[in-house]
Amino acid sequence: MADFRTPFSRAQGLGAAGHGVGHWITERVTSIALIPLVLWGVFAVLRLARSDYDMAVAWLASPINAVLLALLTVISFMHMNSGMRVVIEDYIHRKITKAALLLLNLFVCALFGALALFSILKVALSGGAY
Amino acid sequence: MVELALPKNSRVQKGRHHPAPAGAKSVKTFKVYRYDPEGTENPRWDTYDVDTDACGPMVLDALIHIKNTMDPTLAFRRSCREGVCGSCAMNIGGRNTLACTHGWEEVPGQTCTISPLPHMPVVKDLVPDMTMFYAQYASIEPWLHTKTPEPQGEWLQTPEDREKLDGLYECILCACCTTSCPSYWWNGDKYLGPAALLHAYRWLIDSRDEATGERLDDLEDPFKLYRCHTIMNCAQVCPKGLNPAKAIAEVKKMLVDRVV
Repeated sequence: MADFRTPFSRAQGLGAAGHGVGHWITERVTSIALIPLVLWGVFAVLRLARSDYDMAVAWLASPINAVLLALLTVISFMHMNSGMRVVIEDYIHRKITKAALLLLNLFVCALFGALALFSILKVALSGGAY
Repeated sequence: MVELALPKNSRVQKGRHHPAPAGAKSVKTFKVYRYDPEGTENPRWDTYDVDTDACGPMVLDALIHIKNTMDPTLAFRRSCREGVCGSCAMNIGGRNTLACTHGWEEVPGQTCTISPLPHMPVVKDLVPDMTMFYAQYASIEPWLHTKTPEPQGEWLQTPEDREKLDGLYECILCACCTTSCPSYWWNGDKYLGPAALLHAYRWLIDSRDEATGERLDDLEDPFKLYRCHTIMNCAQVCPKGLNPAKAIAEVKKMLVDRVV
């Protein structure tokens, strides 16, 4: 059934949320940051492919490598989270499904991002010892 | 949710064929979407073999020829027949454009397919329901807002500031851009769409307007504005050669200028 709300009222909806520019800036800034980080990451992986375990641990123990790898990981997950969020908002319209997927997106990115970050720090700080 | 398949009662079926009159030397086939939501039948594709020697060069000429001589039940909007009013916007050969400024010879192949503007409710045949489109346009308050007492004469503007409105004021609100935008297809209830946003920018950039901040406040929203993902269909189809995507990008830049 059509309701009796006027088209103008429907066009206004709940009004403007008053945010969006922050998310837009985050998308751009993480993209820009990832350009050098990914290039460095590819270079690092190629280098590590030729090294053995001890060399890899020693490589990660270097502060610059550990920090860059941590940044690459964290920013990638942030970027993935904000990108997936847009996809979900675009295509999913059922409130409950949308809420569930947005939460899932956030939790998965946070969990795997935190796990990756912790692993990097563990190797970097302990030199790979268990 | 995105609709990947049409609901059963919207699937377009094969319709009637209207042959060309005997003795027609050159013929172009027009495959036209027909639908009456008040009836019980599904939409259908009717085909009309038009004697091209008997009709003018534009798609609108062909539609008027069909209505006058072959099938008076065909419904479509038209008014100025010169690309000024925007009434005859429809999807021609898979592209939104104005029937009055698009020649049927420009459509490659023997058959020219004509359907209403995509993803809009259909009133009948090629006539879409534009209610929400106009309401969304109204919601950006497309008029001059001022707080300073009105001057004796007109509000003055330098020629340079006036030039900033070029490429914006020419919009005729035909909805070719808005209805070609996938973001508008999926979120047309919340996303304002390229046409309304182009007009929003037209008032944002107007040096005489005194409500720039309020206008930006009303636009800063993940859906109203930020559903634009620079897909660029709008700029590609605009029959007036405007670039709504660029206008939207400028609005986003203004919002960044507020915070950075």
